[in-house]
Amino acid sequence: MAIRIFIDEQEVKAEPGESVLMVARRAGFDIPALCYHEAVESIGACRLCLVEVRSGARPGISTSCNMKAEDGLRISTDSPEIRRDRATNLELLLLRAPGSPVLRELAARWGVRPRLQPPPDAGIANCILCELCVRVCAALGHNALAAVGRGEKKRVGPAFGKPAEGCVGCGACLSVCPTRCIVMKDTPAARTIWGQSFEFHRCQVCGQPVITEKHRAFAIAKRGLPEDYYDVCEPCKQSQASQRFASVVW
Amino acid sequence: MPRFSSEKDLESYRHKVAAGRAPDRRAVAVCAGTGCKAFGSAKLLPVFEAELAKASLKGKIELRATGCHGFCERGPLVLIFPAGRLYTKVKPEDVPEIVREDLAGGRVVERLLYRDPVSGKAYEKEEDIPFYMHQQRLVLKNNGLLDPASLDDYLALGGYRALAKAFAMGPEKVLEEVKKSGLRGRGGAGFWTGRKWEICRAAPGPDKVIICNADEGDPGAFMDRSVIEGNPHSVLEGMLIGAFAIGASTGCVYIRQEYPLAVERLGRAVAAAREAGLLGENILGSGFAFDLRIYRGGGAFVCGEESAMIASIEGRRGVPRRRPPYPAQSGLWGRPTNINNVETWANVPWIIDRGADWYRAIGTEKSTGTKIFSLVGKVNNTGLVEVPMGISLRQIVFDIGGGIPGGKKFKAVQTGGPSGGCLPASKLDIPVDFDTLVREGAMMGSGGMIVMDESTCMVDVARYFLNFLKFESCGNCTSCRDGLYQLHRLFTDIAEGRGSEHTLELVEELARTVKATSLCALGSTAVNPVESTLKYFREEILAHVRDRRCPAKVCKALITYTINDKCNGCTLCAKRCPQQAITGTVKKLHVIDQKKCIKCGICLDVCKQDAVWVE
Ligand SMILES: Cc1cc2nc3c(=O)[nH]c(=O)nc-3n(C[C@H](O)[C@H](O)[C@H](O)COP(=O)(O)O)c2cc1C
Ligand code: FES
Repeated sequence: MAIRIFIDEQEVKAEPGESVLMVARRAGFDIPALCYHEAVESIGACRLCLVEVRSGARPGISTSCNMKAEDGLRISTDSPEIRRDRATNLELLLLRAPGSPVLRELAARWGVRPRLQPPPDAGIANCILCELCVRVCAALGHNALAAVGRGEKKRVGPAFGKPAEGCVGCGACLSVCPTRCIVMKDTPAARTIWGQSFEFHRCQVCGQPVITEKHRAFAIAKRGLPEDYYDVCEPCKQSQASQRFASVVW
Repeated sequence: MPRFSSEKDLESYRHKVAAGRAPDRRAVAVCAGTGCKAFGSAKLLPVFEAELAKASLKGKIELRATGCHGFCERGPLVLIFPAGRLYTKVKPEDVPEIVREDLAGGRVVERLLYRDPVSGKAYEKEEDIPFYMHQQRLVLKNNGLLDPASLDDYLALGGYRALAKAFAMGPEKVLEEVKKSGLRGRGGAGFWTGRKWEICRAAPGPDKVIICNADEGDPGAFMDRSVIEGNPHSVLEGMLIGAFAIGASTGCVYIRQEYPLAVERLGRAVAAAREAGLLGENILGSGFAFDLRIYRGGGAFVCGEESAMIASIEGRRGVPRRRPPYPAQSGLWGRPTNINNVETWANVPWIIDRGADWYRAIGTEKSTGTKIFSLVGKVNNTGLVEVPMGISLRQIVFDIGGGIPGGKKFKAVQTGGPSGGCLPASKLDIPVDFDTLVREGAMMGSGGMIVMDESTCMVDVARYFLNFLKFESCGNCTSCRDGLYQLHRLFTDIAEGRGSEHTLELVEELARTVKATSLCALGSTAVNPVESTLKYFREEILAHVRDRRCPAKVCKALITYTINDKCNGCTLCAKRCPQQAITGTVKKLHVIDQKKCIKCGICLDVCKQDAVWVE
């Protein structure tokens, strides 16, 4: 059953319980968000996706990523307060991640220049502690990453600071990282990430790396794939298929 | 202990217990609260036992270990009944004299009585001591009267009578009564308890849960600990009544690991209640079933926040999540959950037993009942004080607390725990209730009250609380984690002479955003100490940034120690200076080398001539 919410006075359809941020984005509203990913639960870490609630018992500024759509909800996506608070939070994040292109672009757009001293490094340069890597890693079933510590001493990384057993070197953490701060190095032979090295499984046709051996073993066991599933890389599989197709047609 | 299968069972047993206890029977009550135990009260019991035996008083005078009396600073405390005589700072060697003189001879041991530090007047009876006289004890009332390990003691004082009454009333009437009483949560925000119960009761879902929040994370606060240590059954009874009204069959008590005595006494009370059929199936034949478990927390401040607490009980990292959904909608294990503070629960039996009208008569219209404060800091009498809501700050600080020691001037009182606010002398006459405190920029919180005198620097105070809060921030959200970190840093700049008026602008801007956009109330209330200080003590902060001066002479970077011509050259300061920064020969004026001086203040403390000057 679809419900209606009102974003900047515009009526928008939504499913009950959907993230307000997702609904707004689908309808074309531009709300900045760094720690949101629709595949994982929102934790409201970055505090940039601010909107102002104008209905219900608790009006006021709130994050939208972890706000659930309810029938009749009214929000606005822009106001002097929202802009001011977003800018301040961006400034705080920029102090942690001065090298992040995404943050710098936002800062340039909103005219934010850091006036404060950067906090102590979170162990990884440019990390904004949003835990997207942790959440995605857990959602994929690896549970190799965790957040530890409180306050400005919070860190994310392999639990207990040791190379994590669950890590398969899939690199999903980096692919969702908003500041691209996770260090991953690929050589033709192996991938290095989070202090571990993972050998590649190579394509039997072209010899290019397909997947790390450990990831391959995990995926085959977990998803019940045939043993030879990763023996040929996607591009080669495609060209093999088109060759087969050609030989049948002609 | 028999197992009660009906109210009649309970009442006839109560009669039997009470019959053996004449109201004027003689007893010695030794406080066994954490405070008095720290002063060695446990050593008194065996000595009393031996001395009573020697004086052939064994069996004639009951010896009892009780919960905290709140006047821990004067501990170990010993109360003599039926006279109600209070002996303070009692040591094992004092016991023979108490037994010989008082118990056997009927003479008061004057030297162990409480003496007012200002007037020097000695008080014989506990109830006449100003510290107690101006209090109104409800939740703490029975703390000094009962042995927390004894269910009999609790029953003799009317315990579990309210529960039986609640069963007779039915859940709706109980709920109405609590609503009508005007009871508000004692754990922080002061939400209406009856309303909260009603929402949880109405929430769909059969398996409801109630939680007792005994995390008590405010530094220096110990009211919840004392209630559990001194009268654990009152909390259990409150929870049972609440569970019945809400329709919950499961309860949890979340209590911090650092409270071993409270955990032990609560555990014993739970076991005793189970044995007596007051927990479990078909309680008192009502058909109502309820049981509870104790969860021990690791002592993170943020785990006192309800959603973080739920995460912690579920075995996850204690990090708050966005509300709504509120616990009443989806709480522990996804079930409708009602969370109340220890003191809130302990008020409930009174409301049901005496009725909402009786309860409403205490306190103010919108803040009914009493509140326990932990009164600490620069005040003559420190300890736990329970007062009717609406009493003025002045009455608490001066009448009960006995004013400021050493003839110093009152400067501020900080209420509401680390995220409360500092109120100046001009606010001493405001009534202490939920709404007034918030309106004035402080809050009730869970009842911390820290008194500060003129030697306290408000920049230093704000920095202290910011340091605590930034350390305790869970680190999840940007505004709280990095906002508080930066605020603390800016206040450090101010304290160390690097501040400017621009620093203050940054502080105000940051504070606004931290308050408006933090995920949980840790962040949004963390700016209270900053904002209230800016509001009431702006001049003092400006002195730091404009004139590089700390008027209270606390901020080390902004003060210098010098020796003036009152110096008679006794050389004491030079000998004691850890930096060898003081030079001078016997009977000659001494001089402090400012480059070496670390401003530790030892010279000031040791100088008998008043010759060390701080500016
Ligand atoms: C950071 C933080 C810490 C808290 N700590 C406590 C605590 O130690 N004890 C407590 O009873 N409530 C604490 N609370 C309040 C609880 O979240 C909750 O509101 C309260 O337990 C509800 O009970 P009440 O309605 O009886 O007050 C805290 C709240 C926050 C935001
Ligand atoms: S996207 Fe909502 S807080 Fe980061």
